[in-house]
Amino acid sequence: MTATSSAVGTAGATGATRPPRTFAQKAIERASGESGLVPGQIVDAYPDLYMSHTASWRCIRTLERMGTDRLYDPDRVAMVMDHISPAMNAKTAADHQLCRQFADRMGIKNFFDVNAGIAHIVLMENGLVRPGQFIIGTDSHSTIYGALGAFGTGVGFSEITAAWVTGKLWVKVPESVRIEIDGELPPGSYAKDVMLKLIGDLGADGLTYCSAEFTGSYVTSRSVSERMTFCNLAMEMGAKNAYVAPDAVTRAYLGDEAGVPEDGYEVLLPDEGAVYRDTVRLDGSALTPQIAVPHTVDNVVGVDEVKGTKLDQVFIGSCANAKYDDLAIAAEVLAGHKVAPGVRLVVTPASSTVMAKASSTGVLATLIEAGAMITNAGCGACAGNGGAMADGEATLSTANRNFQGRMGSYESRIYLGSPATAAASAITGVITNPAEVLADAAPGAARAAHRPEGAGA
Amino acid sequence: MSPTPPSRVGGNTITFGDNVNTDVIIPGRYLVSIDPAELATHAFEPLGPEVQKQLQASQIVVAGRNFGCGSAREQAASCLIGAGVKAVVAVSFSRVFFRNAINTGLVAVECPQAVEALAAAGGEGDMWVDYDEGSVEVAGGTFGFAPYPQGLREILQDGGLIPHLMRTQEGATS
Repeated sequence: MTATSSAVGTAGATGATRPPRTFAQKAIERASGESGLVPGQIVDAYPDLYMSHTASWRCIRTLERMGTDRLYDPDRVAMVMDHISPAMNAKTAADHQLCRQFADRMGIKNFFDVNAGIAHIVLMENGLVRPGQFIIGTDSHSTIYGALGAFGTGVGFSEITAAWVTGKLWVKVPESVRIEIDGELPPGSYAKDVMLKLIGDLGADGLTYCSAEFTGSYVTSRSVSERMTFCNLAMEMGAKNAYVAPDAVTRAYLGDEAGVPEDGYEVLLPDEGAVYRDTVRLDGSALTPQIAVPHTVDNVVGVDEVKGTKLDQVFIGSCANAKYDDLAIAAEVLAGHKVAPGVRLVVTPASSTVMAKASSTGVLATLIEAGAMITNAGCGACAGNGGAMADGEATLSTANRNFQGRMGSYESRIYLGSPATAAASAITGVITNPAEVLADAAPGAARAAHRPEGAGA
Repeated sequence: MSPTPPSRVGGNTITFGDNVNTDVIIPGRYLVSIDPAELATHAFEPLGPEVQKQLQASQIVVAGRNFGCGSAREQAASCLIGAGVKAVVAVSFSRVFFRNAINTGLVAVECPQAVEALAAAGGEGDMWVDYDEGSVEVAGGTFGFAPYPQGLREILQDGGLIPHLMRTQEGATS
């Protein structure tokens, strides 16, 4: 641990008298070259990476309007065609074509086409997200990069375009909130339930403009995939960015899964005594499976309050919960069962890497045998691309948003839950507490079968 | 009286509650366009045609807490501009909506007192915002808010981030 605990920001050199700083202060100091920053200050920061997804074509059109084709650093540009993949009509095909040709012309190496999957997951799997980095993306869930100890935040396409040209953007130094989660979760509850509980308790604007630092024995015992779920969903409380301190789990993921050498990044850790606006504590051992009911993410109840609600569709997908272990958990619940008649189970793996692993381990076969429809990796139904609902229909989704009309009809309803809750509900056709289905199975055998190997899944 | 300064905008209001999200402001299915005028025809579509009609006749959007929560889609701000909206006055904004507003040239100010004053006056009436001065006039009262930092004010004065860059980059190279 000494290697990481001695790591500090690079900006300035004021010595031992410098006041203790949060992760966010250090990350913005590193990205701006400034020192002594305090919350509320606005500075120019130079991001390490600018991610654009489906918005990429809008950035390109904006660049054309600016009348320049000079990029600050093409190696910091990453484009992932994820929201409408594959193209659904000639217009979206032309948008993709524009991006492909632009990437080729400008020498953008980090271009991921419609086969790759969801931008966030793809970038992390490919070693483009590293501890201490400052990353902006045209997707609000860019907070997810905190799962690897990076500062990730969402911006609009004009800001990405501006960063392409100038290399910088204006950024306000946020206040920070510590979120301490301790204890082991009871069977049937998962990282998603933790986050839904927090969002329900703190509200959709509970962390607006704040940096959320996740800590506690539950968090540090979790895989990078589950840390992604924490950091991804912190956005639904309004967080500017989220963070889990890099540790052995992080280093193992970076080395084994993402191919990043240990000397390829600089860990930034919050100082002892750093000032937080608030500390939020959650006892995981008391948690039950949670559900966000229509039409806001903070409209959260225990699953038992809505159990029995009839469903027309179950969607297991999105950057919140379609990683390998999410699919494995769903398969564990669905093994030996069939999807209820009249219910559509749509499974959309987060990335082609997730798809391949789920294929080689038998997870996909289990899902297909249960009656799931597997779609190509990408954002899929979460972004309204396939898996739409008709008037009066209801979906239980593992995604991060249940806004009105997001998945088809304005008169349809979206409920949000964990992959286990989704899978259990697909079997019964109504919202179901997964603990009940898991209790029916032989728990020891089933749980061992799909336990994620090693540190990162 | 002297002509209206460019930092002062206002007129008819349309009022919303708390947590109005980006999918309600501009549904994802319309993001294939970046034309503010075209986007404006779909703004607030989930809330029905009456709301859309009222939006077209309004210059100021008034809202409760956390306006624009959800997606980073910039069209949530630009569709309002397309509809003729000059400013959004809210109790609070989501972070990314606030950024997108400034960067597309839409005035966005947090002024809970002004929102309350309008509600107390029956929810209808004109509102005027001066972002240079940091004031909102409504229902016969004037309410202050913390003016923007200079950098953001310049972006607004230029009509958004891209026009601002085009102006300043030109200046830098000439």
